[in-house]
Order: sequence, then C-alpha cells, then structure tokens
Amino acid sequence: MEISIISGKGGTGKSSISAAFATLSSDVVLADCDVDASNQHILFKPKHEEEQEFTGGQKALTDPESCTNCGICVPYCRFDAISFSDNGVIISETLCDGCQLCKRVCPHQAIKMVDYNKSRMYTGSFRNGRMVYGQLAPGEENSGKLVNLVRDKAKKQAKLHNIDTIIIDGPPGIGCPVISSITGTDHVLIVTEPCLSGLIDLARAAEVSQSFGIKTSVLINKFDLDQNLTTDIEEWCYKNQLEIVGFIPFDTMIVEAMVNCKSIIEWSPDSAVSIAIRDACKNILYEKR
Amino acid sequence: MLKASGIKITIASGKGGTGKTFVATNLFQSLSMERIPVTLVDCDAETPNAKLFFKSKKESTREVTQKVPVIDESHCTYCGKCHEYCNYHAIFFLPQSQMIKVIEELCHGCGACLVACKYGAILEKDSELGTITRYSLTNHNTLIESRMHTGVYSPVQVIKKGIKEATDQIITILDAPPGTSCPFIHTVLKADYVVLVTEPTPFGLSNLKQTVDTLRLMEKSFGVIINRAGLGNDEVYNYIKQENIKLLLEIPFQREIASTYSRGTLLTEIEPEWKKKFLSLFDTIIKENGNINHQR
Repeated sequence: MEISIISGKGGTGKSSISAAFATLSSDVVLADCDVDASNQHILFKPKHEEEQEFTGGQKALTDPESCTNCGICVPYCRFDAISFSDNGVIISETLCDGCQLCKRVCPHQAIKMVDYNKSRMYTGSFRNGRMVYGQLAPGEENSGKLVNLVRDKAKKQAKLHNIDTIIIDGPPGIGCPVISSITGTDHVLIVTEPCLSGLIDLARAAEVSQSFGIKTSVLINKFDLDQNLTTDIEEWCYKNQLEIVGFIPFDTMIVEAMVNCKSIIEWSPDSAVSIAIRDACKNILYEKR
Repeated sequence: MLKASGIKITIASGKGGTGKTFVATNLFQSLSMERIPVTLVDCDAETPNAKLFFKSKKESTREVTQKVPVIDESHCTYCGKCHEYCNYHAIFFLPQSQMIKVIEELCHGCGACLVACKYGAILEKDSELGTITRYSLTNHNTLIESRMHTGVYSPVQVIKKGIKEATDQIITILDAPPGTSCPFIHTVLKADYVVLVTEPTPFGLSNLKQTVDTLRLMEKSFGVIINRAGLGNDEVYNYIKQENIKLLLEIPFQREIASTYSRGTLLTEIEPEWKKKFLSLFDTIIKENGNINHQR
C-alpha cells in the first residue's frame, strides 16, 4: 500500500507525521518526495547505498568566440533570458527555460545546450526499512520529474525487499510535484491545522487529490490550538465528504523528538500524540479493507 | 527614517510553515499604520493566503495567460518539424496515421513550434495560468495576489506578473513561496533585500543552509528571523553566528501568537509593542541593505 502525505500549506507537520508513520512498523519504504526541501534524512540518517544524478533539463550557453552579437536570438526568447553585452549576448541561467529556440535560430552556431545535472537521488537503508529521497538543485524547475524517479525507485525497493508499505512525504503546495507525489497511490492523507490558511489550503489540496479520484482523508494536527477552527474544518470535511482519520493534540514534544533525531513514535511511544497517530494509521488501513 | 523608497524586500524560507506570511503581513501592517506607502505582493501563487489578514476591496482582476499552439490541420503537411522542435514533449505526433495533437498541460509557451512550421499551420491561443488581483485596503495601500489555477505546471509566470504589477517607487514586500527552486528564485531575483524566516529545529536549519547557499550564489543581501524561538535547540543560532549572518528579529514561541495568527488577526494591529518591533525590523533592513555577506 502506498500512502501519500501532503498538506497544501507548509508547516502543518506533514514531515513529522510521515516520520511517525514510517516508524509504526518495522518494515517500510520511506520516499521523501519534498525534493525541494527534503528533511527525512536528517531524522533517519540513512546509509547511502546509491547516489544517482538527475538531469532536470537543459540551459542555453553562448560561446563568446562565435557570437557576433547580432541579436537575432533576443526577440525569439519568450523568457526574457537573453541580453546584450560587450562580449556577445548573455543568457541568464536563472531565466532560461531550456526551450532551445535560441540555439535553433542562431546563424553562427554560437549557442549550445548544457545539461543541468546538479540534482541528486539517494537510496539506502534506515532503521525501519528502506529510504529513497531526492534533492533538487537550487533554481531548478520542480517539474515533478525527480519526484517520479523517487517514487519509481521506492516501488522497486519495495518489490526487491518484499515490503508492503510505502510512505510518501509529499511537498507543500498544489502544483506539479504534488500531483506527481499522489497519482496512482492508494491513499492521500492531507495534514492540516486549525488556522484560516490551513483550511483554505486543505480545500485546494483536496480539490487536486479528488480530481484524480484517489481516496483522500484528513488529519487535523494541533487540533486543540483553536477548537472553533477545528470545528470549521470538521464541518467543511463533512460537507465535502472527506473522512477525518485523526486529531493530533498540540505538544512541543514533537519538536523535542525532532531535535533528538527521532520520530514522536520513537521518542515517546505512549504520549497522547503517538496514540492519536497510531489510531489515525489504523483508520486508514481499516478503510482500505 | 533612512532612504527606503522603492526598496523590494522578499520574505522567504526553505521550509514551509516557518512564518513567512506572518512576517510579511505584519511588516506590511506596521508600515501601513505609520501611513507609509507600501505594497504587499503575495507570490505564494500555489497557496496564496495573505489576503485573509486584511479587510480589503477588490479593485481589479486579470488573467495571466500563456500562448499555446493550435494546429490548423488544413495547412498541416504532417512533416513533424514542430514535434522535433518541442523540447517539452508537448506535441504528440504519429506520422503513419497522420495524427498530431498539442498536449497543452506540457506546453511552456516558448514558441519554437511556431518557428518550426513553414506552412503556417500553427496558430496560437491564450491559455489561462492564473490571476493577478489588486486589493485596496482601508489605508489606501495595495495588496497584489498571484494565484495559480489548479493543474498548471508551474507558478512562475503568475509570480512574475504579480511582481511586475507593483509600482517601482513604492516599498514592496514580496511574500515568497517555500523552497529554493524556480518559484523562489523568481521572487528573489528582483529583491534588494531578503529576509529568511526559520525556526530553531533541525529541519529549519537544514532548509536555512540550503537557502543561504543559494542567496550567496545570487549575491543578495539577507538576514534571518528566528520564529518560534525557545522551541528546539541552539544550532540555528550557532550557524548564523559562525556564518556572520545578521539576526534581524526573534519571535518567541507563544501559544497566544500562534492562535492570534490562526484566527486571521494581525499581531501588530492589536499589540503596539509588536508594531514597534516590526518598524525597527524595517529600519534594520534599510541599514543592512547592500551589505552583501560573502564570507564563507
């Protein structure tokens, strides 16, 4: 079973909950798909067995020797990436989208495309099973391609090691990397918290998840921080036919656990937080049947 | 007050949920209460939330569009040149069965297919990516919201348009999306100064380091705000001290601060002490601006 954990809004506790889920059983594959800010490896310090390069795309580069500064390429660029200089045109690495049109229109063959391959994917073992995670290089387009690779690798790892459960720690937002993190999974768990933005982002995330017809449920983290807003979220979920699988109380112990590089389940297995997380997990597995 | 007109300040963080919007909205509010003209641009186009904190009147909304090709099959010779030119695999082509189709979701609107076609068989239409909405607030200041439609491949174009919408002469606060990928870079690109909001936890530190490395590459001046101070450990403090990074402000972890925010109320509006703190944060930013920290 593949469970994807997302949130819409950042900082609702998605990663802490994912880490807790990953330590509930002794045999899981944990896939950190928040490739823009992966964090699970900090807690679990996996033993790296494989490091793979990821080429996200290409960037155009001018050869100052051949460039005559004719400027033919400039108006063709729809990303405003090309500007004039004394040494021929300059293509901004940040703005270049890699479409290759400038290279195609250059009459002097002065532009070449170079692979942008600073991103990485790591595979290894950790104390509760296997772990795969991606690290996107700064400034890369988070197109979801690296997320797809991480997920493929996680599936292969699950098969290879005969593991049933894959836990996916997804990225915030609602864009491509989120879509890549949830498509084809068995269950999407949206972690929210009782604040106005939490509810609004929950709605946006649920819209995306439900549009793919994936079984979606909600976990309200820090539910006791604002009882009224928690009630609002409950009401909203009821109206939109989303099951709430659990209510996690607010406890600074979650931070203590993180500081000690442990999941809350490992740090304090009998705490109210851990009990609530275990129940939530049972609810998801029960639903599956 | 020091010379500040037209400064663009980006509020960013690698990790989500560290308090970017909290800082951006409260800084905006504090300046507004002093009758200083300031614009807030919500660049978190995937999940824009800044508007929740203000009583505002919608002034205008416009669509952000991108060109996508339309193939006029009455002129198409099925030569496949456009398919070959497309670097995004957005033109599906089966030569044997003379089948050609644009996959709009994959198109980046670069226009290469248009250049490729020698038969005038490619036209373009506008495809909607999101909206830019201007809101005017009671104090005449402006909030600009970039909002991406669900299912769009990237928020970058919507973010760029939102930033362009702000007037250059006025102090502008940009509330960035999380992470350090494209959307973040585009929010930082035009900024004079970047405020990084973090929290004193291992996750906060790891994402802070990643963001600092990126900003140093971009040669931006920046400083750090530690939110939820008192939680976690000292490692973020050790790191910024060791790296000689300016600590701009500490916001203590207090349940009341969190619950004020969660209800959509601005701390600076109800606590004069906090308004003062955010105004002095602004003064510090103005003093620090241009002070590029190259030490590594």
